[in-house]
Amino acid sequence: MGGYKRLKDKLLDKLVFVLLFLVALFVGLLYPAVALFTLYGEARPALERFGLIGFITGTEWDPVRELFGALPALTGTLISTFLASLLAIPVCIGIAVFISELAPKALKPVFTTAVELLGAIPSIIYGLWGFFVVAPFMAEKVEPFLQELLLGLPVLGRLVDGVPTGIDVLTSSLVLSIMIIPFMATIVKDAFEMTPRLLKEAGYGLGATKWEVIKDVVIPYAFPGIVGGAVLSVGRALGETMAVAFLTGNVHQIPRSLLDQFTTITVAIANEFTEADTELYLSSLYGLALILFVMSFTLLALSKFLLFKRLEKRWAVKGL
Amino acid sequence: MGGKGSLERAVKLRKLKSTFFLSLSFLTALYGLFWLFWILFDVFSKGLPNLSLELFIKDPAPPGEEGGGLRHAFIGHAIVTSLAVLIGVPVGIAAGVFFTEYGRFSKLAEFLRTVTDSLVSLPSIIVGTLVYALLVKPVGHFYGLSGSVALALLMLPVIAVTTAQMLKLVPDSLREAAYALGAYRWQVIKDVSLAAAKRGILTGVILGIARITGETAPLLFTSFNNFFTTFNPLEPMATLTVTIFIYATGPYEEWHAQAWAAALVLTLGTLAFFVLAKTLLRRG
Repeated sequence: MGGYKRLKDKLLDKLVFVLLFLVALFVGLLYPAVALFTLYGEARPALERFGLIGFITGTEWDPVRELFGALPALTGTLISTFLASLLAIPVCIGIAVFISELAPKALKPVFTTAVELLGAIPSIIYGLWGFFVVAPFMAEKVEPFLQELLLGLPVLGRLVDGVPTGIDVLTSSLVLSIMIIPFMATIVKDAFEMTPRLLKEAGYGLGATKWEVIKDVVIPYAFPGIVGGAVLSVGRALGETMAVAFLTGNVHQIPRSLLDQFTTITVAIANEFTEADTELYLSSLYGLALILFVMSFTLLALSKFLLFKRLEKRWAVKGL
Repeated sequence: MGGKGSLERAVKLRKLKSTFFLSLSFLTALYGLFWLFWILFDVFSKGLPNLSLELFIKDPAPPGEEGGGLRHAFIGHAIVTSLAVLIGVPVGIAAGVFFTEYGRFSKLAEFLRTVTDSLVSLPSIIVGTLVYALLVKPVGHFYGLSGSVALALLMLPVIAVTTAQMLKLVPDSLREAAYALGAYRWQVIKDVSLAAAKRGILTGVILGIARITGETAPLLFTSFNNFFTTFNPLEPMATLTVTIFIYATGPYEEWHAQAWAAALVLTLGTLAFFVLAKTLLRRG
């Protein structure tokens, strides 16, 4: 009897191990590998027709003539991500400084929770709001104002050239930046709060002002966290679809001004996928997806490399 | 000499600089919060007036006509999300258990964990195109279950990574005590590690649900949409998110109003999950 039970337990022990191992293998290896090969397989007709370089550098996207080049969408993704990060990063550092160093102790958890909650709002909500509220606001107020201010100036004037419609690079980048602010601010704030109190107090002990302590102690100490947070946010902006889905106009052109319509990889896929009526068309959309997959995976691997291990534990807790 | 005066000036200048930059950071924080509260305000002010019982219990009226609700989308959303949780949670937890309990000193497990970590931020629309190629194209039509699979794939890495982290917080002395009593490894995992990390893992699961329940992009080419109520996951299925996407760009005022109402319900639902997870975490 006892021998039988032991045998059963031993077998179960092996079985559980094998099962869990297979699952881990699926999640960590099979799934991404299948994803990569599937995307590549689906994108092959397009890549063979135009060549990898030709596809990436092609500037035409014309379903009627069956000409597909990824450059406009790729540039659109890069430009909107860059501008969104540019708008978001200083704000995030400001929020982090405010919450971790300035806010009264009793209000800290309130602000922290508020920022985190806002990060939990689904991106489609940002999209809906951007479309019905921000875009008209930009078209009627902000963009005419910018034009009045900048038109006629040498370089800056070119940036605001065009008809202010609110459906353009500026609005998309703005909404995208608003969307990544809570996400990134949370990470930067966590990095700030990892600074040992002893270091900060040593700074104050030397007679440093609050700002000097932040600038010379906290920010250098939290720098890897800030960079890691920025990279993660860039990754999120790269792959974001719904927040900008209504705001780009989905026009495959390389924008010359902030008020031009444009498109991004994700928006092109979201808008055209179900309409793609030829194999080459669909395959070209898969080509876009493949480019995005490679970009975001590389970026994430890069951020893993930059991140401090000690921050990981706290982030996992927050599900970031 | 004037040394004292210049020192005082220098201190004053530094203090002024400090005040300036701190005010600047206060203003940027205000700027950030200003946008974010503006969103919440609009979601409430535009969603609340359009909220009615009809929204939940009626199917959509023919386009352009008054009345009707989004019952089909609520039901579809619940089904698609629940199935995704049923698929994603066990697999995610199993992978997480392996990473921490078996793979602690193994290079392979470390590698798998790092890849899984990177998958957390995989753009969700890519998962949609992937599932379309694997599950929708071969079948020939969109269906709800494929949407669940896409959402499950999206939440898998999140849950795996959280579970692995939470298990790492369980002290080894607990495990060793169980081993000393002659327990098998699976018994230690089940009765000691998982039992101790229960709350943390649950938090991860809830956060995972909060995340997928607001997803739209992976559903566009998988569960797609349906203007009728269906309980069959092998048919195309409407979800709240896709409905908002379609209604927002539609030409009818009625659609826009319902999109805002749906947005409010969706936001409240997501935030409720989030608050639940935070509360659990705080108590633990």
